[in-house]
Amino acid sequence: MPEHIRTKVLVIGGGPGGYVAAIRCGQLGLETTLVEADRLGGTCLIRGCIPSKAMIHVAGHFETMTKAAAKGGKHGISLSAPPKVDFAETVKWKETVVDKLNGGVTALLKRAKVRVIAGWAKFQDGKTCSVETPEGAVTITGEHVILATGSLPVELPFLKFGGNVVSSTEALTLAEVPKKLVVVGAGYIGLELGIAFRKLGSEVTVVEALDRILPLYDAQLTAPVAKWLEKNGVTVHLGAKAKGLSKDGNALVVETKDGKSAEFPAGKILVTVGRKPNTEGWGLENMAVDMDGRFVKVDDRCRTSMRDVWAIGDLVGEPMLEHKAATQGEMVAEIIAGRKHRFHPASIPAVCFTEPEIVSAGLLPQDVSNETQEVITAVFPFSANGRALSMEAGDDGGFVRILAAKADHRILGIQAVGAHVSELSGEFSHALEMGALLEDVAGTIHVHPTLGEAYHEAALRALGHAIHI
Amino acid sequence: MGIYQFKLPDVGEGTAEAEIVAWHVKVGDVVAEDQNLVDVMTDKATVEMTAPVSGKVVSLHGEPGDMAPVGSVIVEFEVEGAGNAKPGAAPVAATPAEQTKKTPPEAPLVASRAPLPDGAAGKEVESKPATKPAPAPARHMTNTAPAFATRDAGTKPLASPAVRQRADELGIKLQFVPGTGPAGRISHADLDAYIATGGGGVSSAKSSAYAPRDGVEDVKVIGLRRRIAEKMQESKRRIPHYAYVDEVDMTELEALRAHLNATKKADQPKLNVLPFLMRALVRVLPAYPQINAHFDDDAGVVHRYSAVHIGIATQTANGLIVPVVKHAEARDVWDSALEVARVAGAARDNKASKDELTGSTITITSLGVLGGLVTTPVINHPEVAIIGPNAILERPVVRDGQIVVRKMMNLSSSFDHRVVDGYDAAEFIQRVKAMLEHPATLFMD
Repeated sequence: MPEHIRTKVLVIGGGPGGYVAAIRCGQLGLETTLVEADRLGGTCLIRGCIPSKAMIHVAGHFETMTKAAAKGGKHGISLSAPPKVDFAETVKWKETVVDKLNGGVTALLKRAKVRVIAGWAKFQDGKTCSVETPEGAVTITGEHVILATGSLPVELPFLKFGGNVVSSTEALTLAEVPKKLVVVGAGYIGLELGIAFRKLGSEVTVVEALDRILPLYDAQLTAPVAKWLEKNGVTVHLGAKAKGLSKDGNALVVETKDGKSAEFPAGKILVTVGRKPNTEGWGLENMAVDMDGRFVKVDDRCRTSMRDVWAIGDLVGEPMLEHKAATQGEMVAEIIAGRKHRFHPASIPAVCFTEPEIVSAGLLPQDVSNETQEVITAVFPFSANGRALSMEAGDDGGFVRILAAKADHRILGIQAVGAHVSELSGEFSHALEMGALLEDVAGTIHVHPTLGEAYHEAALRALGHAIHI
Repeated sequence: MGIYQFKLPDVGEGTAEAEIVAWHVKVGDVVAEDQNLVDVMTDKATVEMTAPVSGKVVSLHGEPGDMAPVGSVIVEFEVEGAGNAKPGAAPVAATPAEQTKKTPPEAPLVASRAPLPDGAAGKEVESKPATKPAPAPARHMTNTAPAFATRDAGTKPLASPAVRQRADELGIKLQFVPGTGPAGRISHADLDAYIATGGGGVSSAKSSAYAPRDGVEDVKVIGLRRRIAEKMQESKRRIPHYAYVDEVDMTELEALRAHLNATKKADQPKLNVLPFLMRALVRVLPAYPQINAHFDDDAGVVHRYSAVHIGIATQTANGLIVPVVKHAEARDVWDSALEVARVAGAARDNKASKDELTGSTITITSLGVLGGLVTTPVINHPEVAIIGPNAILERPVVRDGQIVVRKMMNLSSSFDHRVVDGYDAAEFIQRVKAMLEHPATLFMD
């Protein structure tokens, strides 16, 4: 007879949605059990955001040293020999970062008195799942169930993962830097990793079926990234369709924009054509919850169609971002504890850790039609920002852009592209959440010299009186 | 340039005052002759007042809900030529809005008229404060609403996360909260103000089913609702009601009705129970003249009527209205059905004339498909009786020692005990019942 755990809250998935929900439940005094088959931390901590950022950091170092080793050096620094990378060591270092965070999550859950069950949950009905754990089978019934199973990389049927065809997960644990890397899909994951490997010395080719890179953003915003790719010898084939592996398995067969067939030799083929909600293999079909396309259908309180069954994060829709999942997890915990809450953020900001970085909060120019609302758009380039120039971030074409309503100056959207701009995302979203007007940003003193001054100047420019341009 | 004063005309026979329901113009508007100015309500009819002249509106007197005496100035126009206001003359019969200087129409009045070059008009302004205001009615408490940017349906309300969270906790939809900040941003203070004015407690239907709710919504009882309230109050205060209920076996009448509806001509209306009940009333009432009557209790006289004018209580979007089918005794069931449909339709469309809304001698009140088991209707004063048919239901009844299923209907009624004795009322209802149970007798002499 397997052990039967009855708990107030049963959380399925230990990613940033699930573990945040569980910690908050624990803080609120709710008896909580969390089931995770893999390590705690989910895609983000274990095989996504964090490890890729570690990799990007290393790649940046390597690139700087490579430049210093080139003839004439860089900024007066020169190296007598080009740097070498022992990628296995890089991966090991990255793992220490991951381990630290994984350990942190484990400790936080423990402190919040959350019971963690290691194993794969399989639901029998809406509230009960069975889990095979190393210690034996357990059955868990939750008064409330929070589904936070996340998402998985999408596999192309004609280019299945395995061998030289890898997903982002494997790309972060490669034994060595591939000489030739072909990236299928020019979304943010493909470009972040493709750029990192380029900096580490790979020859990188990008194949994208659509006619532009980072198709979620507008051409103005992505132009600096396109420029970097070009300047650094990354070949980008737009409007090209991956067809499959060549016969010998060492090249990708592609149908190019003009309909011709081409083969791109590749040591590794990184397929990053999107992610799909993880809806299979854990008994979702036995829970009788309604679906919304491929996602689990929820309302603005993350309630599914089944009473007291909640779903959060990548499982419930785009954007598939850590901070959305975590916010929803926190919210659901509070609702279960009796507080009233709704998920209605002014913006879910997003960042691409490409070269240069892109950050976007709120509306993009294509989101607002001038017929319904007149909009002021103002851009301030980092080439006119002292701090950017002082750290070589002024000549990559980067800028801050603000969109505001012409009628009342309320800020509708803020974007930036440039080195290190990811750290501006908080300020951008904060302005949107607080309902800031252009005058609010213009009236906020920004430290000199910082990149944030460009944001201040963009607001001034929208008001017609920028100082430094 | 002169001032033209528009006085509230006598809008109904013998009405001393009318209620202002809605203004269609505001101070500063330039109106053309015959343009709609204001809706006023008398008795149960709403009358549209049109502009007698072309000109610029310089003042409005009275707010929706105020009673304006007939003959009082309700609008003043600045017109070409001399106008009709005598220099120095005090406006006739001050209206309630005048003494509260805070009311919006008043402030622009002075401002817009002060710079007038015309000396005569200027004098009138000076004379204005001399007029003696009537006492302010207690209900006249509307404060000026806080100024805020209006928000279109599609526009997201602007508020910080803390304000949004608090609104969520309170179950308040920010879409409806006026924001006084820049670009209509909603602050904590705005939320407080909204709650203070009773806006709170609009808890989402989707929130916890057991969540406690707070907040009070104050609804001004004006217009038709006030008419209804006054009328009902008057009725219940004056008339000692008693209710009487009996059950009627409608099986045969229902069979006849079904037959008639199945075989009717295309131009004939579909019949419900009402025309048959009306028929029964007009057949029985001549024997009970004290029931088809008005009791003028002030004069101590009962007016007994030969004609049977039947009021038909009608639910409209705005509330209860009682249009009247005149001379029901002269109408067959088809004609009665047509006339009921016509006057009830006019009432619902707010197009009923005063004539169609007055003069009933007895009233029928039916809840239609809702039916109910029993009602205790309120008599339509100064009438003395009201009849309320209830739902027709198949019920087991005993006939000749057998339990059989019959279509049964309760017939509720109320009478004025001052002038209708209980015995007479019971007898009257018994005879109505007999007619309905033997529908052929409705049509036999």
